[in-house]
Amino acid sequence: MINIEQRTDSSAKMVILAPILALTLTAISTMIIFLWASLDVMNAFYVFYIEPLTGKYNLSELLVKAAPLMMIALGLSIGFRAGVWNIGAEGQYIIGAISGGAVGLYYYNVEATWLIPLMAFAAVLGGMGYAGIAAFLRTRFQVNEILVTLMLTYVAILFLSAMVFGPLRNPDGFNFPESRIFHDSATLPIIWQGTRAHIGFIIALLFAGVTWFITKKHMFGMQIKISGSAPRAARFAGFNENKTIWYTLLISGGLAGLAGLFEAAGPVGQLVPHLPVGYGFTAIIVAFLARLHPIGIVFTSLLIALTYMGGENAQITLQLPSSITSVFQGMLLFYFLACNVLIEHKVAFSFNWSK
Amino acid sequence: MDELAIQIILGISVASVPLIFAAIGELVVERSGVLNLGVEGMMIMGAIIGLVVQYHTGSGLLSVIAAMAAGMLMASIFAFLTQLFLTNHVATGLALTLFGLGVAAFIGKNYSDITVTRISALHIPWFSDLPVIGSLVFGYDPLFYLAILMVFLVWWFLFKTKRGLILRAIGDNHDAAHAIGHQVIRYRVLAILFGGGMAGIGGAYLSLVQVPMWVEGMSAGRGWIAIALVVFASWQPFKVIVGALIFGGISILQLHAQAFGVYIPAQYLSMLPYLMTIIVLVSLRIGSKSNTNRTMPNCLGKVFHSTS
Amino acid sequence: MFSTKLINIIKISLLTSALAISSSVLADVTKVAFIYVGPTGDHGWNYQHDEGRKQLEAHFGDDVETTYIESVPEGPDAERVITQLANKGNDIIFTTSFGYMNPTLKVAKLFPDVKFEHATGYLRSDNVSTYSARFYEGRHVIGKIAGKMTKSNVIGYIASFPIPEVIRGINASYLAAKSVNPDIEMKIIWVYTWYDPGKESDAANALIDQGADIIMQHTDSAAAMVVAEEQGIYAFGQASDMGAFGPNAQLTAIIDDWGPYYIQRVQDLRDGTWESMDTFDGVKEGMVEFAPLSDKLPADVKAMAQQAIDDLRAGTIHPFTGPINKQDGSPWLADGETPPMFPDVITMDFYVEGIDSKYPN
Repeated sequence: MINIEQRTDSSAKMVILAPILALTLTAISTMIIFLWASLDVMNAFYVFYIEPLTGKYNLSELLVKAAPLMMIALGLSIGFRAGVWNIGAEGQYIIGAISGGAVGLYYYNVEATWLIPLMAFAAVLGGMGYAGIAAFLRTRFQVNEILVTLMLTYVAILFLSAMVFGPLRNPDGFNFPESRIFHDSATLPIIWQGTRAHIGFIIALLFAGVTWFITKKHMFGMQIKISGSAPRAARFAGFNENKTIWYTLLISGGLAGLAGLFEAAGPVGQLVPHLPVGYGFTAIIVAFLARLHPIGIVFTSLLIALTYMGGENAQITLQLPSSITSVFQGMLLFYFLACNVLIEHKVAFSFNWSK
Repeated sequence: MDELAIQIILGISVASVPLIFAAIGELVVERSGVLNLGVEGMMIMGAIIGLVVQYHTGSGLLSVIAAMAAGMLMASIFAFLTQLFLTNHVATGLALTLFGLGVAAFIGKNYSDITVTRISALHIPWFSDLPVIGSLVFGYDPLFYLAILMVFLVWWFLFKTKRGLILRAIGDNHDAAHAIGHQVIRYRVLAILFGGGMAGIGGAYLSLVQVPMWVEGMSAGRGWIAIALVVFASWQPFKVIVGALIFGGISILQLHAQAFGVYIPAQYLSMLPYLMTIIVLVSLRIGSKSNTNRTMPNCLGKVFHSTS
Repeated sequence: MFSTKLINIIKISLLTSALAISSSVLADVTKVAFIYVGPTGDHGWNYQHDEGRKQLEAHFGDDVETTYIESVPEGPDAERVITQLANKGNDIIFTTSFGYMNPTLKVAKLFPDVKFEHATGYLRSDNVSTYSARFYEGRHVIGKIAGKMTKSNVIGYIASFPIPEVIRGINASYLAAKSVNPDIEMKIIWVYTWYDPGKESDAANALIDQGADIIMQHTDSAAAMVVAEEQGIYAFGQASDMGAFGPNAQLTAIIDDWGPYYIQRVQDLRDGTWESMDTFDGVKEGMVEFAPLSDKLPADVKAMAQQAIDDLRAGTIHPFTGPINKQDGSPWLADGETPPMFPDVITMDFYVEGIDSKYPN
C-alpha cells in the first residue's frame, strides 16, 4: 500500500505543500461534519475559520492566545532538536506563574517599574528550577526526562491548588480560592490600546528571532542538532552531552515559566486554580506541527489559537457543543503530522507488511 | 476480619481495575518501544461506547467487546500515523487524547441523563458465601478477574514465549532486531492495538462498573495515571498490580481517613503517588544497572524507519 | 471628486441611520446570554442554570433570544468568551460561576450598556448585579429529614471545596439533624472537585462503609445518588431533581430554581427598571425549591419536613438560630439570635459545635 523512503535532504517544495495539503484535508473534513450536522456549510466555515481573523478585538485575542503557546513551543523545540523530551512544560508554566506571582503579591500595592522585571526573573528561575529537577535526574541517574517532567506536572497542578487555597489566597476574598488581583505595577503593559494584547507577544516574537539565530547560526545550535540526530558523533566531536541536557531543559523550563507568569500577570490578572489550560501540552503539538522551526512556530501557534477561538465562536453563533473544537483540532493535528512525512520522505504506493 | 476493612479492600480493588487494564496494555506498547500518550483518549472512547452498547443491548459482554473495539480503533489511528507515516509518538499521542475526549463528548451528548445496568459482582454458589474469603476472593465483577488474568498473560507472553522475547528485543534495539529479520512494524502495530483494546476495557470499567452512567470527561486523568503506573512498575507486569493498588489505595484511604475525622491536606497527599513514581525511577537506575530486564526499553518513543 | 465623496458619506450615514431605526424597531427582542462552567448535561449546577434559560424562553417566547456557551474554564478564556457574547449584541449576560467574577467586572467596564449578572460573587458595579441563593435553607430541611430517617445515626456528607457556601450547607444540615436527633454524627469527606463522578462514588462508598445510611452531597454529578440507590440507602438530590437516578433512594432534592429570577431580571430590563443589586433569595422567594417528598417518608417525618418548608416559605424560621457555639466552644449566637448576613453568613469559615472533623485549612 504505502512505501516510505527517506529523502537525502528535506524537500523544499514539500515544506510549503505539506501544510497546505493538511489544511485542505482539514477543511474538507470539517465541511463534511458541518454537512452531516445539517448546518449552512459556508456560514459555519466562516464562523469557525474566518471570523476569528476579523476586527481589532478578534485579532488582539488571537495574539493573547498565541503568545504563551509560541513562547513555550520555542523553548521546547530547542530541546526536541537535541533529543531532550521535556513534556512537562505545563508544570514549569505553573511553577513560573506561582513564583513570579508570589513576588507580585509580596510587593502588593508597591508602585515600581522594577516589579514586572523582578516577577519575570522569579518566574524564569522557578520554571528553570522545576525543569532542572529533570535535568539533574537525567544527568546524574540517567532517569528518563519524559516521565519525570510528566509526573512533576501533576505535582505542580496540585501545588497551585494548595497555594490558592492557602498562603496566596486573597485575605479579603471571602475564602474563595484565588489570589488578590495584581495591582497595576504588577500587570503587564498592553501593546494594543483597548485590548488584552500584552507585551508577551512581542517578547515571544523576539525569542523566535533569537531561537532562529541560535539554531541556524550559532555553534550551540549545531551542537544540539548533532546531539539529537547523531549522539555518538556528538560525543566524538567533544560535545558534552550533559551540558546539552542541562541547557535545553533550563531554556525550555525558563520560557515556560515566563509564559506562565505572563498569563497570570496579563490576561488573567491574578492566580486562580484554573490558570493552567493545557498550553504546555498544546505547545508540544505546536512545535511538531512547525517541525521545530522557530518561524514555523510563530505561524502554527497562531493557527492553533485560531481553532480555539473558532470553536468558541461556533458555540456562540451556531450552538455547536464545545467538544467539536477538540475533534477539529485532533483532525488538524493528525493531518499535519501525516503530511509532514512528505517533507523528509518519498512516499510510494506499494505495501510491504514484512518490514 | 473486620467488615469495614473488607469494604476498604474491595473499594481499593475496584478503583485499581481500570488502571490495571490501561497500564498493562500500555506496558506491552512500551515494551515494543512505542510511547503512546493517547491512553486517556482511548479510555474515554471505551467508556462511552461501552455505555452506549450497554444501554441499547443490555448485554455486558457485547458492551465490553465494543469498548475494546473502540479503543483499538483509536489505537489504529495512532499505529497508522506512527508506524506507517513515521510521525512523532509524543505529538501523535497527545493529538489522540484531544481527539478522543472530543469525539466521546460529542457522542455522549445524547446519553447524559440515563443510567445503565451495572456489571455486577459474580455470585459463585457456596464460594462467594464464605466468610471474608467469599467477598475478598470470590466477590468481584468478572472484569476484575479478567484484569488479573491479563497481567498473567502479558507476563507469560513477554517472558515465556519466543514472540515476547522478540517484542522486547524490538523495544530495546529495533535496528538490530530488524537486521536479524524481525518484523518490527508488524509487532509494534499489534502491540499498539492490544494497548488500545485494554485501554478501551479500562474505560468501560469506569462507565459500566464504577459509575453506571455517562459523564463528560469521566476518565478524569486516569489514562495519564496509567502511563505513570507503567513507569512505576518499571515495565514489570506484576508490579502494575502493586502500583495500581498503591494509586487506588491512596485515593480510597484518604477518603476513609477523612470520614474518620482525620485531617488530610488533600493536595499534598495527592502528590505522593507522582513523587513516589519519580523515586522509583531513580532507585531503579541506582539499583539494577546490570539487569536489562528491569529497565526502560531503550528505543522507547523513537521512530523506526528501515533503511533497506 | 470632492462631491462624490460627500455623496458617499451621505449615503453611508443614511444607511446607518436606517439600520439604527430598523434595529430599534426590532429592539423588542431581548438578547440574553449564559456562560456555564461545565457541560449542561451534568444534572447539577449547570443543568439547572440551563433549565432556567429554557424557562426564560418559554415565558417570553419570541421576545427573547437566548444563547449559551458551556464548559468555559474559569481561566484566561472566560474574559474573551464574555466579551464575544457582549460583542454579539446581547443585552444581558448571566455568568454563572464564581470564577467568572473578575472577568465579568472587567468586561462590564468596557460595555456600560450591557447588563451583567454574576452568580455567587460578591463584587458589583453599575451594570453588574450578583445573585445567589440561600441554599442552606434547603439544607435545613434535608438535615431534619436525615436526622429522623437515619438508623445508624451517621450522616455522610460529600463536600467539594471549603468555601463559605459549602460550609454553610454543612453547618445548616448538621444543626437541623441534631435538633431532631441528638445522637447524630456527621462524617464529612472533601473531594476537592465539583465534578468527578468516579471520586464522588468512591466517597459515597467510603461513607457507607463507615456506617452512614444517608448521603448528602455538595458536588454536581448524580454518582452518589446511583450508589445510594444500589446500596439501598437514602440520599438527597443536589441542585436538581435526581429522582431518575435514585427512585428509591431520593427522599427529596434541593432544587436551584433560577427560572423565576431570570424572568424577573429580563422583565426589569425590558421595562427599563433594571438596577445593579445583590440578590440572595431562598425558599420564600422560590429560588430554592424541593423535589416531591418521597413516599418512603413516614407520615410524621413528611409532615415535619412539610412544616419546615412552609415555615421557610413564610419566613418565620432561620436555619441559624441561637444558641449556637462554634466548633471550639466559643459562643457564636445567643439564644434566639440570628446572624447578620454580612459578615457571618456570607464569609462563614468555621464549623459549629458538635461536628467532629477538623476544619480544612
